[in-house]
Amino acid sequence: MTMVTVEVPSVLANALEGQRSLQVPLPEDGTVGSILDALGERYPLFARRVRDERGQVRRYVNIFVGPDNIRRLQGLDSTVSPGQDVLIMQSVAGG
Amino acid sequence: MDNDQRTIMAIGTKKGLWLAESTDREAWTLNGPHFLNLEVPSVAIDTREGRTRILAGVNDWHWGPTVVYSDDAGATWSEPEQGAIKFPADTDTALARIWHLRPDTAERPGVVWAGCEPISVFRSTDSGESFELNRGLWGHPHRSQWGAGFGGAAVHSIVPNAADENTIHAAMSTGGVYRTTDGGTSWEPRNKGIRVGFDPDPYPEFGQCVHHITADAQDPNRLYAQNHGGVYRTDDSGDEWISIAEGLPADFGFVFLSHPRTGGTVWTIPLQGEGERIPVGGRLSVYRSTDAGNSWSEQHDGLPDADYNVVLRDAAAVDEHPGSVGVYFGTRGGEVFASNDEGAHFATVATRLPDVLSVRAAQFAGAAQ
Repeated sequence: MTMVTVEVPSVLANALEGQRSLQVPLPEDGTVGSILDALGERYPLFARRVRDERGQVRRYVNIFVGPDNIRRLQGLDSTVSPGQDVLIMQSVAGG
Repeated sequence: MDNDQRTIMAIGTKKGLWLAESTDREAWTLNGPHFLNLEVPSVAIDTREGRTRILAGVNDWHWGPTVVYSDDAGATWSEPEQGAIKFPADTDTALARIWHLRPDTAERPGVVWAGCEPISVFRSTDSGESFELNRGLWGHPHRSQWGAGFGGAAVHSIVPNAADENTIHAAMSTGGVYRTTDGGTSWEPRNKGIRVGFDPDPYPEFGQCVHHITADAQDPNRLYAQNHGGVYRTDDSGDEWISIAEGLPADFGFVFLSHPRTGGTVWTIPLQGEGERIPVGGRLSVYRSTDAGNSWSEQHDGLPDADYNVVLRDAAAVDEHPGSVGVYFGTRGGEVFASNDEGAHFATVATRLPDVLSVRAAQFAGAAQ
């Protein structure tokens, strides 16, 4: 099975049992949304942190496939190819 | 309850939560910040069920709003993994902010109310670990016509009726006061007599920008409202409101507190006009009435003469001390004041905190932190 690496910032690690980097099976459709769905089933707190009740990525959360923000790709439908990493980061916000 | 029992005060700010403890309500020990850099617009202290539970509505700018609670005075915090407040999938709505947390009466242990943005009421029956959306209000035909106050579109006051569990009043910005008498299945606007200054019709059925409501201690059908311009009382559960602004230096403000035991005793903190939004003339004062708003007296002892900061609707509270009730409030300038004698004298508890958004205080039955 092809695995992809999902990396998160330290503030999200508590929602992933302390992990900042996870190896996740690449779903059949290979999309970011499916990867998050699978992770969210296992880690509900992580799911709530990253996406709201509608399933939308929160406004100040950025998700990258390789170097590209999924907002400039196809959003949650953006595909992840074998060998690419998924990086989740908080954007610059607040005051 | 001993009069010297400790008191705990929860202070929610724009950038975290502080907790203050005192044995005499004069000298306070402050600890925090908890949830540093996160907004805490709502706090509650639930002393029912043999423990003291501090509930906080925490808003993480990046990772969303949530409800957390502590049963050990802030030493540890719990957050339900699935999230306490969530909009059901069929609403296609996401929770934006938890504006108000309100434990119900002692006769209804476990019941906690939440007023949220977007405009909604949620009810918990397990002491705040999970909440259910009130479908009656959410499905109200007026919903599309409710507007947003300057701070957002939210239910900010929920007042359960002490004598009748099926009657609840809720106030929202900007929709006004709504009442249910069937436990939340249906809701009716109850704004007759409350004037609006921003609509061609000065007395619409709904659409008022009510800032806060509270109930009288002895008569659950008597409620008080601080409106966006206007201070009101109803003696018939909201069927009709009358002005009680006479004697106050201004009819604008956000705060309305009622005594937990003495009927007719209430406090408000007037602000200058709707555009200025500062203590009148820069003189920060609390006004108390002991005759249900028919007359008012200024309480200024211990408060600064020059203060230009707003006191927000949930940033004020009373405790239920068995002797002399405490009065507490915080300003957007980050100062927190406490009175242990029903507002006759105030002492400074904290200075230079971030903007204070929410304050609650209670006699403390839990373990010390």
